[in-house]
Amino acid sequence: MIRSKSHKDIHFADRFFAGTLQAIAWGVPLLLVFIAIFLTWKSLPTIRLFGFSFLTSQTWDPVQDQFGALPVVYGTLVSSFLAVLLAAPISIGVALFLTELAPSWLARPVGFLVEMLAAIPSVVYGLWGIFVLAPLLRTTVQPALAKSLGHFPLFEGPPLGVGMMAAGVILAIMIIPTIATLSREVFLAIPAIQRENALALGATRWEMMQIAVLKTARSGILGAIILGLGRALGETMAVTMLIGNRAEISASLLAPGQTMSSLLANEYAEASGELHLSALLEVGLLLFLVTFIINALARLFVWRSTLGKSPR
Amino acid sequence: MKQKDYRIALLNTWIEKSSQRRKVINWGVYVALSLAAILALIPLISVFSFVTFRGFSALDWDFFISLPKPVGEIGGGIANALVGTAILVGFGTLIGLPWGFGIGIYLSEYGASKRASAIRFTVDLLASIPSIVIGLFVYAAVVVPMKRFSAYAGGIALGILMVPTVARSTEEILKLVPIHIREAGLALGLPRWKVILRIIFRGSLGALITGVMLSVARVSGETAPLLFTALSNRFWSHRLDQPIASLPVQIYNYAISPYDDWHRQAWGAALVLIFFVLFLNLTTRWAMKKGTK
Repeated sequence: MIRSKSHKDIHFADRFFAGTLQAIAWGVPLLLVFIAIFLTWKSLPTIRLFGFSFLTSQTWDPVQDQFGALPVVYGTLVSSFLAVLLAAPISIGVALFLTELAPSWLARPVGFLVEMLAAIPSVVYGLWGIFVLAPLLRTTVQPALAKSLGHFPLFEGPPLGVGMMAAGVILAIMIIPTIATLSREVFLAIPAIQRENALALGATRWEMMQIAVLKTARSGILGAIILGLGRALGETMAVTMLIGNRAEISASLLAPGQTMSSLLANEYAEASGELHLSALLEVGLLLFLVTFIINALARLFVWRSTLGKSPR
Repeated sequence: MKQKDYRIALLNTWIEKSSQRRKVINWGVYVALSLAAILALIPLISVFSFVTFRGFSALDWDFFISLPKPVGEIGGGIANALVGTAILVGFGTLIGLPWGFGIGIYLSEYGASKRASAIRFTVDLLASIPSIVIGLFVYAAVVVPMKRFSAYAGGIALGILMVPTVARSTEEILKLVPIHIREAGLALGLPRWKVILRIIFRGSLGALITGVMLSVARVSGETAPLLFTALSNRFWSHRLDQPIASLPVQIYNYAISPYDDWHRQAWGAALVLIFFVLFLNLTTRWAMKKGTK
């Protein structure tokens, strides 16, 4: 009798332990749902008042209580796509260099340094951007661009240093480690025999990379790029310090702009009116939804199929 | 006969030429890939050298032990920001550590089910939510109802940010424990929870702590979620219901200010922050390497 009772106790304790852990773990999806509901609820005033025109209006004027998010959505998309455009080829090049080209005595320290790029806090990138990158763009790069390509609207206007271009460049620097290390993992997961087959058929190393590595890793590379894009979309401090912070749409990359995250970082202190706060929270909700969807897609469809496990 | 010779010669030169072309392209790609690696490292080297050289001149003993001076006065330091960051990160760890450990144990020990992989998926998603959105959420959920910025709010935001990294590193580390150790524990008649907590968890504690250190390194550089929550403070404050200074926010405020002396201090503070973050990163890497050997 006593034996069986203690047996029951053991099972009870085990069930209790497993149940507790499960409850703790369910906290994460609950938190995500709660964040979504809470942000929606708190931004109801502007959702009700402006409806869909919140996304299409260009005026962001807290004084007049007019709120339209189009300029910041535009700024977020343009700066992030610019960053991906700059970072993706470099990152894939770095990943190929690390896995296919460099001997291990070189690949290990270089790989380590690229990972260190990810460890530098965003605000330090911003500081460096203000005092090193922006002056460089203002005095050297942008005048040269204006001289050679100035008749395109893309490179029109005075060279300010800070602006959409500076934001794109700093974002590119910040997402290189993301894309490079994820692509490297994908390349490393490709069996060596596949490379040897290509080489044995007489391919040069580059042809081998095309046939055996890049083609096989297509969807993994796409996943890495999308995850890099997701990181660029939400990056705040460095962008806030470099984009010039003006909520206007301009065709020129030299002009200042504003992203969703930099708008939030700039106006948190002034959000006194209920409507202004609601508008900021709606921008936050948009940012949440966009990054959520992009990351979910990257992980669900692209990544799972290549590596069989989700990246960290 | 003659014509055939001619054809073979033509074919030979064609093969020669095309293989030459392939070789040249191959070397061109080698150069391009090496350039990509160099290009990726230039910003890193530039950031490090600027932070080191500009920051070093701002450092002296006074910088570490004094408070910020009023606007216009030269000098002052980051003492309150250092203490503030320690308080915020400490408070964040109190939230992120148990929660992250719990999830990590669940995912590693009960993680085979579909339900568990769904949770693993949401943990990854939480990791990819921009930190400023977490800050905004805590602002709306804690700061607005309390009607003041506070160290509590900042700590909660940092705690939430720690959860996914702690959870995933815990899961990975516990999965390294071979299955036969679990079986041996169970065969001795120990209940499963005791096997997990006393053998699996405690046995990996050293590695688990290095995982925690990495996430501490990550959140101690976080600025965006603190803007709306802990705000900043130019004076001493160790009360948790008051705004509190932190190193990253102070760097931000000084960097965007118009004063040269504040810029100098921003570089100094950045050097301190980078040194701290890299120190944690390097020691944990070193410890992990030692652990796996």
